[in-house]
Amino acid sequence: MPIERNSPDRRGYFGNFGGRFVPEVLVAALDELEVALEGAFADPEFWAEYHAVLRDFVGRPTPLYRVGRLPGGERVPVLLKREDLNHTGAHKVNNTVGQALLARRMGKKRLIAETGAGQHGVATATVGAKFGMHVDVYMGALDIERQALNVYLMELLGARVHSVGGASQTLKDAINEAFRVWAARVEDTFYVIGSVVGAHPYPYMVREFQRVIGDETREQCLQRFGRLPSDVIACVGGGSNALGIFSAFLADSDVRLWGVEAGGEGVESGRTAAALTAGSVGVLHGSRSYVLQSAEGQVRETQSVSAGLDYPGVGPEHAHLRESGRATYVTIDDAEALAAFRSLAAHEGIIPALESAHAIAFAQRLAGQRGADDLVVVNLSGRGDKDIAQIRART
Amino acid sequence: MGIARVFGRAQKQGRLALIPYIMAGDPDVETSQRVLDQLARAGADLVELGIPYGDPLADGTTIARAGQRALKSGTTVAAVLALAKKSPLPVILFGYFNPIMQFGIDGFAQACEDACIVGVIVPDVALEEGQELRAALLARGIKMPLLVAPTTRPPRIATICEQASGFVYVVSRLGVTGRSGDEEFGLRQRLAELRSLTDLPLAVGFGIRTPDDVRRLHGQADGTVVGSALIDAYADVSKEKAAQHVYRLAKALREACEG
Repeated sequence: MPIERNSPDRRGYFGNFGGRFVPEVLVAALDELEVALEGAFADPEFWAEYHAVLRDFVGRPTPLYRVGRLPGGERVPVLLKREDLNHTGAHKVNNTVGQALLARRMGKKRLIAETGAGQHGVATATVGAKFGMHVDVYMGALDIERQALNVYLMELLGARVHSVGGASQTLKDAINEAFRVWAARVEDTFYVIGSVVGAHPYPYMVREFQRVIGDETREQCLQRFGRLPSDVIACVGGGSNALGIFSAFLADSDVRLWGVEAGGEGVESGRTAAALTAGSVGVLHGSRSYVLQSAEGQVRETQSVSAGLDYPGVGPEHAHLRESGRATYVTIDDAEALAAFRSLAAHEGIIPALESAHAIAFAQRLAGQRGADDLVVVNLSGRGDKDIAQIRART
Repeated sequence: MGIARVFGRAQKQGRLALIPYIMAGDPDVETSQRVLDQLARAGADLVELGIPYGDPLADGTTIARAGQRALKSGTTVAAVLALAKKSPLPVILFGYFNPIMQFGIDGFAQACEDACIVGVIVPDVALEEGQELRAALLARGIKMPLLVAPTTRPPRIATICEQASGFVYVVSRLGVTGRSGDEEFGLRQRLAELRSLTDLPLAVGFGIRTPDDVRRLHGQADGTVVGSALIDAYADVSKEKAAQHVYRLAKALREACEG
């Protein structure tokens, strides 16, 4: 199973990227996780329970929906993978269900998680409530201010939300803090990372818990259209929704894979979150990948209208897919994403997350270069209710 | 003076070696220089000099903030090396991997040699990821002490003891630097176990804050690293008073090293 699933090598590398750059105190915990993961992944009962929870609690499978009126989608079939229809409103919950089941299997009583905008925090708090596990969420002080509603939501779900200081007081610092807290309580605590980032085996594990998106999409395409998509598009912050959908198509060399990074105010402006496009190779949060950083190796502040993409690193497997040429990475700026957000709302009656709006914007651009025989699939990774206040404030 | 001779001298005097940690450039390089002088005057044996980094995974609030202050005053890797070169005490650099990687691994090792650095500790490269850097440093006679954590399991402990050089850095408790008050994690037993595996000196750090903490290590360890407590001692006072506060605490710690 590991080889056909494109698993990383024994040291946790996808090509030249990945690995395990962590303090010694965490090595044993990562080893323990790796062993438990191998056991769980080889156990059909583990997957049966995971898929049952996704069906009955999350509401999977999610539809693959063909847009009718979206500009760009009239002539070329554009299909949306509706991850926005998942319970809690985004793909994040696929991963938290998997990790909570694994934590329970390992006998861990307490979950910790980092969160930026709050979506992963809410998804972790949700499974914590469902499985009766104690949840502590670490969140940058600035993000707590900006996302007050999600903080309240997590608390309603029974989680404790901890404010994190530090240089930027955002997601990056929240991850640092979660690692520190984990180091102090590795015996009884499971760290639920929200994206395909961190030290091995996290990038691999999170991808495997998101690949359900791609597996469903592939089957839906074959059933309905009798062929594979020509293009698969997904936004990339850390990159979990993108790897989730890409992973089912990696071996299909005719399927073009597009990762859309957040250009922010424009890659040239320096006020961007596009780590692959504007960053350089470095080590952040336990793995070697692309990082937005200074020449001195200090991590830079990022900028994106979308909190979920506002991260200075990117999952190591994306760095590998870019280097190998299997996937192509492009950027969409804040203004283009906002326009796509409005366009999808007004023409299709679907309000996308600002993160997903980046993927929509690129699909509209790409559709101009495609024909009626093509199939353009976009991973609509989340719904946009969380972004309404921000959109409203901008008008 | 090299690491082995420093520990040898302390051992001959029947005491622990005192290894203070300070963040280079906190809050500026000039203050660091004065602090180094006071540490030498108080009888410290070696100094661990932190290279500032904005995302220090292994450090608690005290050292993380010290790093931010140092970055604010523009302390670069090159500035840290220049400071080290003038240090009255032998210097071990303590820095995260990314700034070293961006500096260039071979260039960094060369710059360390030029600055007379005796050792380098990189807390976020454990055994596996440190091979290239370790080779580059050892080729220039610079030691690379490795950390053993309370969670490190026996087969790995043996490998760490084989690969470490200079000394073995024994982490006294779970968590990050600067935390205290936790129960000691079978430290006595861990130290005895390490004795049977290596002839390298054993230095205990993370959460060692007071002279009493140091005294408890007598007869078990060969040295001790004290960082956050020293930084706390001078972080919130004027630059003039900083040196004085550091001297007072370092002196008390040095006396505790004698038993």
